[in-house]
Amino acid sequence: MSILTVEGLEKTFGGLKALSGVSFSVRKGEILGVIGPNGSGKTTLINCITGFVRADAGKVLFKGGEITRWRPHRIARVGIARTFQVMRPFYSLPAYKNLIIPLWSPRARKEGGWRGGGKHGDRDTVAIDILEEIGFERDSRVPYKLASTLPTGYLKRLELARCLALRPEVIFCDEVFSGLSASEVASMLPLIEKLKMGGITLVLIEHRLRELFKVADRVMALQFGEKIAEGHYKDVIEDARVKDAYLGIEEV
Amino acid sequence: MEILLFGIINSVTLSLTALGFTLVYSISRLPNFAHGALYVTSGYIVWLCVNSLGLNYLLAIVLGIAATAIIGALMYRLIIQRIRGMQISEIIATYAIGLAIIEGLRWGGLRGSTFTLPSFLAGSIKIGGIAVDNQRLFVLGSGAAVFAVLGLFVKYTKTGLALKAIAQDEGAAMMLGIDSDRKALVSFALGSGLSAIAAVLILPLGSIVVETGYNVLIYSIAVSIIGGLGSWGGAIVASFIIGFAQLLTEVFLSTQYQMVISLLAIIVTLLLKPSGIFGKQKELDDRV
Amino acid sequence: MNDGRDRKERIDRGIKVRSDGLYAVSSLREMLYLSGPRILLIAGMLLLPLLLVPFPYWRRVINILCVYALLAIAFDFLANCVGLVCLGGSMFIGLGGYFAAVFNVHLHLPVYLSIPAAALAGAAVSTLLILPCLSLRGVYFAIVTLMYPLLFTRVIEAFDLLGGSNGITGLDSFPGSYLENYSILLVLLAVIFGLRRVLNADIGLVMHAVKDNDQSVRASGIDVVRIKALAVFIASFIGCLGGAYLAHVYMWAGLSLFALDFSIIPIAAVTIGGGGILFGAVVGCLILVPLSEFLRFFGTFRIVLYCTVLTAFIVFKSEGLMPYCTRKYQQFERWADA
Repeated sequence: MSILTVEGLEKTFGGLKALSGVSFSVRKGEILGVIGPNGSGKTTLINCITGFVRADAGKVLFKGGEITRWRPHRIARVGIARTFQVMRPFYSLPAYKNLIIPLWSPRARKEGGWRGGGKHGDRDTVAIDILEEIGFERDSRVPYKLASTLPTGYLKRLELARCLALRPEVIFCDEVFSGLSASEVASMLPLIEKLKMGGITLVLIEHRLRELFKVADRVMALQFGEKIAEGHYKDVIEDARVKDAYLGIEEV
Repeated sequence: MEILLFGIINSVTLSLTALGFTLVYSISRLPNFAHGALYVTSGYIVWLCVNSLGLNYLLAIVLGIAATAIIGALMYRLIIQRIRGMQISEIIATYAIGLAIIEGLRWGGLRGSTFTLPSFLAGSIKIGGIAVDNQRLFVLGSGAAVFAVLGLFVKYTKTGLALKAIAQDEGAAMMLGIDSDRKALVSFALGSGLSAIAAVLILPLGSIVVETGYNVLIYSIAVSIIGGLGSWGGAIVASFIIGFAQLLTEVFLSTQYQMVISLLAIIVTLLLKPSGIFGKQKELDDRV
Repeated sequence: MNDGRDRKERIDRGIKVRSDGLYAVSSLREMLYLSGPRILLIAGMLLLPLLLVPFPYWRRVINILCVYALLAIAFDFLANCVGLVCLGGSMFIGLGGYFAAVFNVHLHLPVYLSIPAAALAGAAVSTLLILPCLSLRGVYFAIVTLMYPLLFTRVIEAFDLLGGSNGITGLDSFPGSYLENYSILLVLLAVIFGLRRVLNADIGLVMHAVKDNDQSVRASGIDVVRIKALAVFIASFIGCLGGAYLAHVYMWAGLSLFALDFSIIPIAAVTIGGGGILFGAVVGCLILVPLSEFLRFFGTFRIVLYCTVLTAFIVFKSEGLMPYCTRKYQQFERWADA
């Protein structure tokens, strides 16, 4: 059952055609990987779907309803969350306070069972709960550490926590594994699986193919703004065009 | 016919005044609120050269333009370059400098209408039965010439292309070895010089008054909002819209309504298409 | 002086550490340390009109100072807590003042009604006028706020609206000069406290987030435009309140309400006094407004002066007077080994 469908998405920036007619659908509860060399339009794709960039043409349907060209906050409110490649957490605040913003949003209040306004205590508890879900142990000092003191791996998880605070149905992860060591990525994979187990649909835009293929149900490949392959990862990496786009994909 | 002619003249005049502002913004993404101040300053410098120093008019003009360009460059080098990147500070700084200059001129004696610049060409000719003074025609012609020269400069010279590259994508331009700071300096100097050229052409039509500094700023802002910040085509189109609207109200209603037109046009633009006619909704595109 | 050591470090003073948190109540000395400056400032402000009884001119100046302080706080709030640079504070004074005049003279509302009503009306109009540019780049906000006061003056003059160059006269004044003084002082204190509470609440953090990272805020499902509009409404309410008050003090609402002073002094005050902490704005006004009175003789030169000082502060990236004093009070510096 398709939770998100994209039809013929197009976007041109000045002289550059970033997306030319990309179409695909995401099944509910699956993990879809999106791969492609630099400049293939992966981030533009997320931006268009989540409303940060206005697509020139095409349609995006979420649970059957059209959300094309909606503003970003509206799209977030219906349950589509995203991470940012360049993270900018509130460095001067502790980790759990970084979640105040998403918890304040209407959706979090509606779905998260937290009334809003009221005592800060409740909100903070919810924040710590969410942090525990992503792997910050409740009893450790980690949730209370300033964001500026946390290493990248933790910050990436914090980014996911920010998404989780919205109780989303779909999360778009823009290169969540980038900047992490192999062991850090390895420790994030169970988290991704756990999210999927919880019923969240995930779309992972990635460069780290080896790790991606361990969790992705299906994979889609982009090049120069076009979809060039889609399917199980084994089929995708055998595709001639994909091989052509990524020299040396055999090594994966 | 008369309306058409004067409408065109008015529009070109307007677009000339907004030129410096648009240039600086399109290249360094900085709204130069000192634009109006530089405009008036250049007129004052020329006046000083002619009246106090007794220089030849043409020489005074060249000096005036050069001096203003230097002031603009100094302004960038000494003040703005140090706060590049901090948007709030940049905006406040150019605003403060502009105000300081205008009010400084007001305090220093630029009051009343005793300051005028002579026209280049006296007399008038008749076009299609309507008398037009030569000075205005000169402005029209020069305006077109200035735009043409600028267009060529940007297309064919190395500096021009570099400026255009920075306008499109500063980061990429820097990676290609284009020194962003130096080019911003050039753009400020150029923008100031253009303000001076506009001033020198247009001020002879009236007198040099301190209020003009603010009026020029209002017009530049209006043109930028209506046409889209930093967009050349937008600036020109917006100037024509405002120019003709102003003329029509002057003819059919009365002269008082001139400023109101700007206000109305701005409000209408903000209501219908806030980013202006050719403005790209770049707010979100910029950073993601 | 630094005997070969080359790193300067800043360490919290002992008494600050001891008075952090609950332990402060353990000793009178610590409690004084914490509450001293605050009590001094508040008491000082409240006592000022009484101290100046023999100088009625300067008591007037206090009223004007409070109005400027309100504007400066509004500017500080918008610029440093939400990220919007308002270059046209005089727009609020003008709107508030003219609305008060209309409510008081034409609609015969008494003073204590016309001022709040004018503040509300002014805030509503300001927000509506600024609303369209809130979804655009920050620069638009600066441009539009710069332009509105300039345009309003010209339009009022051109059309001879609302009294034209003569303005609207005949506003009621305050019943009693002490009321005049203290009403605005209390309003100022109330605004500072109120705004501080807002900034410390969740909404304050959201506004700060809008300034620092509005993409993230949008991705969290929050309508950034609505937050900005709320901030503009709050700030313009404060500004228009000052304007309405001023019109009643002068018993006249005219073009001078849109004067440049009202736009530039708040900006200078916040830059000099320190941004982001609201009280810096007040400190800045405490310096600039009396100075402005002294410099009256020099005509518009005083604006040149403010602008130059302002630019100097910006260029040398000064932290502002209030943060400097706070730092000195709380920390000391010494040389240490690198």
